[in-house]
Amino acid sequence: MSATIPTLGPTPEKLTKKDLSADHPTWCPGCGDFAVLASFYKMLERRQLPREKIVTLAGIGCSSRFPYFVNTHGGHFIHGRAVPLASGVSLARPDLHVFLFGGDGDAFSIGGNHLEHGARKNVNLTYVIMDNFVYGLTKKQTSPTSPLGFKSKTDPNGAVDQPVNPMKKLIAAGATFVARSHATQVNHMVAMMERAMDHPGFSVVEILSECVEFFPGAFDAGNPRKGGEFRLIEEKMWDGSPEDERRHDPSDELAAYKLADLPFPGAFGVFYENDRPTKNALEAQWVEAVRAKTGKKTALELLQQTFDRMK
Amino acid sequence: MTASQPENPAASGARADLRPEHIRDAVIRLAGNSQDGIQSAGALLARLAGRSAQDVMTYMTIPSTISGGPSLFQVRVGTGDVLSPGDEADFLVAFYQHSYDDNIGFLREGGVVLYDSDHVEPDRDDKRFVYVGIPITGLTVEALGGTAKDKGKNVFVLGLLAKIFGFDTEKLQRLLREKFGGKNESILNTALMAFQAGYAYPVGNVLSTRYKFEPSGDAGGRAQVTMDGNQALAYGLIAAGVRHGAAYPITPWTTVMEILRSELPKYGGLFVQCEDEIGAVSTALGFSYSGHLAITGSSGPGISLKTEAIGWATMAEMPLIIVNVQRGGPSTGLPTNVEQSDLYQAIFGGHGDSPRVVLAPSTVEDCFYIAIEAARIARNFSTPVFILSDASLATRIQAFDEPDLRNLVVEFLPNLTPRGPGFRPYPLDGLTQHAPPGTRMLGGVYPTVTGLEHDEMGHPTGNPRLHSAMTAKRRNKLQRLAAEIPLPGVFGDPEGEALLVGWGSTYGPIYEAVKTARDGGECLSALHLRHLNPLPNGLEKIFARFRRIIVVEMNDEGLYGYGQLATILRARYCDPKISSLNKTSGLTFRVKEILEGVLK
Repeated sequence: MSATIPTLGPTPEKLTKKDLSADHPTWCPGCGDFAVLASFYKMLERRQLPREKIVTLAGIGCSSRFPYFVNTHGGHFIHGRAVPLASGVSLARPDLHVFLFGGDGDAFSIGGNHLEHGARKNVNLTYVIMDNFVYGLTKKQTSPTSPLGFKSKTDPNGAVDQPVNPMKKLIAAGATFVARSHATQVNHMVAMMERAMDHPGFSVVEILSECVEFFPGAFDAGNPRKGGEFRLIEEKMWDGSPEDERRHDPSDELAAYKLADLPFPGAFGVFYENDRPTKNALEAQWVEAVRAKTGKKTALELLQQTFDRMK
Repeated sequence: MTASQPENPAASGARADLRPEHIRDAVIRLAGNSQDGIQSAGALLARLAGRSAQDVMTYMTIPSTISGGPSLFQVRVGTGDVLSPGDEADFLVAFYQHSYDDNIGFLREGGVVLYDSDHVEPDRDDKRFVYVGIPITGLTVEALGGTAKDKGKNVFVLGLLAKIFGFDTEKLQRLLREKFGGKNESILNTALMAFQAGYAYPVGNVLSTRYKFEPSGDAGGRAQVTMDGNQALAYGLIAAGVRHGAAYPITPWTTVMEILRSELPKYGGLFVQCEDEIGAVSTALGFSYSGHLAITGSSGPGISLKTEAIGWATMAEMPLIIVNVQRGGPSTGLPTNVEQSDLYQAIFGGHGDSPRVVLAPSTVEDCFYIAIEAARIARNFSTPVFILSDASLATRIQAFDEPDLRNLVVEFLPNLTPRGPGFRPYPLDGLTQHAPPGTRMLGGVYPTVTGLEHDEMGHPTGNPRLHSAMTAKRRNKLQRLAAEIPLPGVFGDPEGEALLVGWGSTYGPIYEAVKTARDGGECLSALHLRHLNPLPNGLEKIFARFRRIIVVEMNDEGLYGYGQLATILRARYCDPKISSLNKTSGLTFRVKEILEGVLK
């Protein structure tokens, strides 16, 4: 697998926002997703990854238009199924950085099962979920994260279904890096995306990203400029100080659940992180072990051996 | 049983030593319960025949219950071409009363029923058959010393059959060692003891004839390999350099994924089991997008679930192999029976204008070669390709000439050569060949693959002119493929009264029907289609030479009296002489049924 991919050396050009910009985003003016895109460019500029090794993938939704706006290899797939698509890319090509973008409908509704299993298998990829609590592309229907009472075209009397708690869902499913951010906080988004990218395994950043058209003001409570509070999760520094006692230990699953239960707008930062082995690593180990056992025979030799047994 | 020196064993009642009789062909049906190892005994017989350069074909039914329930395995061993598993059995082995009751109707007149006298009371008043009662259960328990109980009955019967049919016991014992040798030694010893007990049984006391197969004429040819259709398909994919895939278990597809899951890592590849059918096709598309042509597969209902993503593959022009091992439908239907009712689904099952390549293997051997062809087409035309196998091919064991692996096995790596500034992922004037991720784009513009209608660079567009042009691009490449497909040959008379047209696993019974009719002086011909979409060019010229075109297929005659392929051929050629011969019992065609349907 990895051994078969030729290395091409470093990309000669320095990667800038100008290189990374592709089609002009089709989002509405004021959409939170612009800031997510800007943060992604910023993160890539900081890290200077070889450009041809970056892959941006997405399902369907406003935020899922993302790959068209990033000038790297990319794919725009069908609704809700981008996690398994990205899993295929990640498992077959360990040389690539696989980024996945989407919204709350893709992640928590139609693609809920794939999210669960991608997380459980701990496939190595980074998933940025732009959560706006509403279906925007189809013009204001209830989403799986719409709060109770939210009036939409499909819930004219207000939503009655209990919304998904994304952090709890992700932690329970087995995601190994779970973080939350807010689209008005560019530096925080860059930091969260960067940590997610560096985490080996299924890493998710949920970003509250306002839909100015169909749910304006949804996230003001988390925006200090609108009178809200952007409450950061303070992570343990393991310095033995008394204030460290009350800081959050991201490896503590129960503590992460408690944080996830805070009333809206809740806390922002890394909720949960663990270093369970990835599916990529476990499968690669198996392949290596099998190859070592068969003495790295050629395909022809292997198949001939099998056919000889069937004579 | 076609005997070269006709000699009805029923005719001679003398209890003497077995008298030899030379035969060309024998159909042996083993009937018991699913936990009795009927399948493994039958499979061993089939492999023995394959090793003895005999032609062989098997037919089995496995109940869809988890354990228990009736099970049968039919082996037809012959000298020369064995095309179908046989309409009637020459020899029935009945382990239980229900095995006897349910299967005696499939025994030909004059045939032998060998039954376990510990469990079966035959109707001896029915003078059509030869009755051979042996206390199989008791003798097995006695031979094995009790701890194994009656497990081993199957191998005891193998020993009996080896004696009766003069099988090469050395080869058979070697096969037993290969099959059981990997487990602990006591299992192998038990198997060998059971075999020897069966072989030593004085069967001459109850049966007067011993049969001997005429030696095969082409003993000097290539060595034969013996396997089932799902194995042949899996190994064909491996030969074609397919190293990645994803699927979800469903009968009768599952054994393909089991083989690929354990085999592909040896070749440096990977096959993953996914959470569901949609996850599986999506993961496979991720493999393909990354530059490794991938395979996903299922059976009818699972293919329905994959349909939206296959539409994406058509639109994004992503190569993909989709295997459908068909079973009886719709819905859960007849999960362990055979039907060819997913042809429409394969050709038309997509949303939008989504032309797809559809191939169907005709025999176990063809499962191997069609997998190679599917991979070639998927790569060259950057398109999804369906392989329509079915339950009967999946579980049937056949012997065939060992493929010339040296000239068939290929290896592919993603093509990561840097692409120049003029690169277009979707050129209107050429075939799409994607630049997988990891490829440097020297012009600085990186491609997006997409399910939205797009321009040549992959940018989404709703431009009416472009949608027409891109729809035509996706259609044209299949028309281009059609021009490359060889016209299938006509078997039998090149022109005349009637041409039977078949596809998939009906090949054997159709060809045998033609052979039988021609041996009886009738004029009959057959043509078998492996390429169902697109069809090869020029079929109308062949059709013009016959007065009647009869499409033989295992699906319903539909609202208007025509099966699925018949409907497509009628639509394509507007030829009123195309008619249908259908069967929907969940069982394969008998030769007799085809002859009756055609010659009536």
